[in-house]
Amino acid sequence: MHMADALLSPAVGATMWATTAVALAASARRVRENGEDRLVPLMGVLGAFVFAAQMINFAIPATGSSGHIGGGLLLSILLGPAAAFVVIASVLSVQALFFADGGLLALGANIFNLGVFPCFLAYPLVYRAIARPGATGARVGVAAVLAAVFGLQLGALGVVMQTVASGISSLPAGPFLWLMLPVHLAIGVVEGLATAALVLFIRRARPDLVERGVASAGKASPIRPLATALALAAAVTGGVLPWFASAQPDGLEWSVERVAGGATVPAPENGVHERLARLQDRVAGMPDYEPPSGARTTGDAPAWPAVNPGKSLAGLVGGFATLLLVTLAALALRHRR
Amino acid sequence: MSHPLVEARGLRFAYPDGTPALDGVSFRVHAGESVAVVGANGAGKSTLLLALNGLVTPSAGEARIGEVPVTPATRAQIHRTVGYVFQDADDQLFMATVREDVAFGPLNLGLAAAEVEARVQAALETVGAAHLAGRAPYRLSGGEKRAVAIAGVLAMQPSVLLLDEPSAGLDPASRRRLITLLNSFSHTKLVATHDLDLVLDTCSRVLVMRDGRIEADGTAAAVFSDAALLARCHLEPPLGWRQ
Amino acid sequence: MSRVEAALRDLRLADTLAARDTPLARIDARAKVVVTLAFLVAVVSFDRHAVAALLPFALYPAVLAVRGDVPARWLGRKLLIAAPFAVAVGLFNPLLDRAPMLAIGDATLSAGWVSFASILVRFALTVAAALAVVAGTGMHTLCAALGRLGAPRIFTAQLLFLYRYAFVLGGEASRMGTARMLRGGARAPSLAVYGALAGHLLLRAFERAERIHRAMVARGFDGEFRSLRAARWTGADTAFVAGWCGYFAAARAVDIPQGLGRLLTAGIP
Repeated sequence: MHMADALLSPAVGATMWATTAVALAASARRVRENGEDRLVPLMGVLGAFVFAAQMINFAIPATGSSGHIGGGLLLSILLGPAAAFVVIASVLSVQALFFADGGLLALGANIFNLGVFPCFLAYPLVYRAIARPGATGARVGVAAVLAAVFGLQLGALGVVMQTVASGISSLPAGPFLWLMLPVHLAIGVVEGLATAALVLFIRRARPDLVERGVASAGKASPIRPLATALALAAAVTGGVLPWFASAQPDGLEWSVERVAGGATVPAPENGVHERLARLQDRVAGMPDYEPPSGARTTGDAPAWPAVNPGKSLAGLVGGFATLLLVTLAALALRHRR
Repeated sequence: MSHPLVEARGLRFAYPDGTPALDGVSFRVHAGESVAVVGANGAGKSTLLLALNGLVTPSAGEARIGEVPVTPATRAQIHRTVGYVFQDADDQLFMATVREDVAFGPLNLGLAAAEVEARVQAALETVGAAHLAGRAPYRLSGGEKRAVAIAGVLAMQPSVLLLDEPSAGLDPASRRRLITLLNSFSHTKLVATHDLDLVLDTCSRVLVMRDGRIEADGTAAAVFSDAALLARCHLEPPLGWRQ
Repeated sequence: MSRVEAALRDLRLADTLAARDTPLARIDARAKVVVTLAFLVAVVSFDRHAVAALLPFALYPAVLAVRGDVPARWLGRKLLIAAPFAVAVGLFNPLLDRAPMLAIGDATLSAGWVSFASILVRFALTVAAALAVVAGTGMHTLCAALGRLGAPRIFTAQLLFLYRYAFVLGGEASRMGTARMLRGGARAPSLAVYGALAGHLLLRAFERAERIHRAMVARGFDGEFRSLRAARWTGADTAFVAGWCGYFAAARAVDIPQGLGRLLTAGIP
């Protein structure tokens, strides 16, 4: 479910990071404006809870398997959307940093898929619409399941769009969706049930804790239009525009060559943002496109390298020689105690 | 007679769910005194300490630290004079390293970096934990955590120390180090504890609590000799007490 | 709950590795973050069929690992554990993309296999670099660096709390799980039992957070998180950034292995 750097292109990665950074800054500011910075220890502790709880499995009824909670919906219910988003972002960051669960460049996309969708869309639009304060247990259960499924389906869609738009994987959108959506439907049901179980338990023991989320979500209604706008913006730039960039298998180079009139790929940066901004400008200006097809033959794409035995051999030999040099360099630089 | 440093007058407090915790508590502690607060679980010891530090607001009555009444408005001032060592050191050591945690208090006081570092060093040396400065809290033993928590409080240079069950969970050697440390402090101390032997070794005066009220207030000798009092309050004389 | 225990052990190990004084640890964390980001962008910016051209980038994680004294076996194990998603998705490439691309002697390799190899190399490079950096930088140093690079204070502050209390709550979760298992069998608990188990953990988390907040207030906390010593940027840090970014630029612009290979195979007809 977590995007990996290996399947990501710079354009998609940068777009998602930019969107996530904006959402994170806006959420942090909202938390502070609501006077909730005294919530910081609570946010951290609940983040630690989610982190630990993700490793506790429970038996899924009527199947033989077990599952665990994701946490985005639960955090939204307990903390309100803005604070919950900040917490989810940090849980995912810890997972990316320490468990290589999702890449660092892909972290922006992951936080978007697993944070923005549950906190700013699923929770306010689905959960709160169904489960008013004081709702029966059954209502809470239904609301949680529907909201979790909604959030996770969007998240799965996000992963597919980002992977296809990056153009590194040959997997076309259709089959990929066929794989991801049903699986995440099941995961969503599991998440909803687990969330409902926890919410109902807490509500019985400490009803004041569950109201906190409602209170701050109420104050956070301006965030809904912001979130929807962000989501749409991300969908367009992240899902559609990079589509243009990967119209050909070597989409990035091809589009750059087309626009820059045969210039080689510009030398990479000191300023990452500057280079990515330039790429984005070029990409946005692309005319008609075709979705990438995995089984295309060599003839179509102009920049597709033709089969060249000499070049292949040189590449292989050079590759091994490079690895050898890198290993020698590393051994030489070994830190002597 | 010198002004009392810590004073409570008719403190009353009940928790939000209705549980009464303090039911009219009054006493006076003078500068330099070492006072134990003992009683069964639920007698109100921890709540009393929290009220003295302004961390809970009593529904009636007043607490004073020196000239300053303890109210929500004066809380910041109170925290500069009163140091509180919590029962669970994990609640108190929330920064990433020992050094940063001990520095937390002085930094909040607005001191310059050099002064903060000096205080951190001094506090850690006082509790014998200078070698742990770069360590992460989760890698400390129970006794080490307790020592660092105390250092964190000492670094603020309070005049009054409130300690909640300081010897709980300590192994004998750490406990002995704690006792030595407490005896070396010239601060005014209030220690809420079950460890009556620690009381014998460190405190000259004992407040016995029962059901939110002070049942007895006297020297350790007077209190531990009163078998009826101890029985009434669900206590026993310390193991080291010889008639 | 052995999964929790395993995860905590991993965290502890990474933290222990980062706490040592190695040449890598002495570089300012901001420099490491910036260079690693540049590295990641450079690696993923290659076209999907680049394989050999990516290899010079292996120098960065390799050097990080040796200068940070990161155990190779630890790195390898984490790479293996993290591999499944990228490998699973990447495996579709050879299946879907059969156009021939490489020829060595009589054998030809389809473009799909080449792009799959590219995915594997990218995966190894990006994950190894990230792990090596984390293993050489303490969490609090990293958070401070993130803060100075512009991350919101509320985010970094609660990230530190999360990290700090992950061990405490993880330990509680582990003990509760063991206690339950001793009374309930080795199967995963039912939803009702889970609700109570995790629910209690959650309640205790709330109560702990209230106590922590009290402890912070008792030591004068007023909402502002202050830090002890701002790390100073040295010439070594500038050299680190300039040197590596320059190397990435060169390796991105020039296909080094291709050139090297041509040199070495110049004599072959």
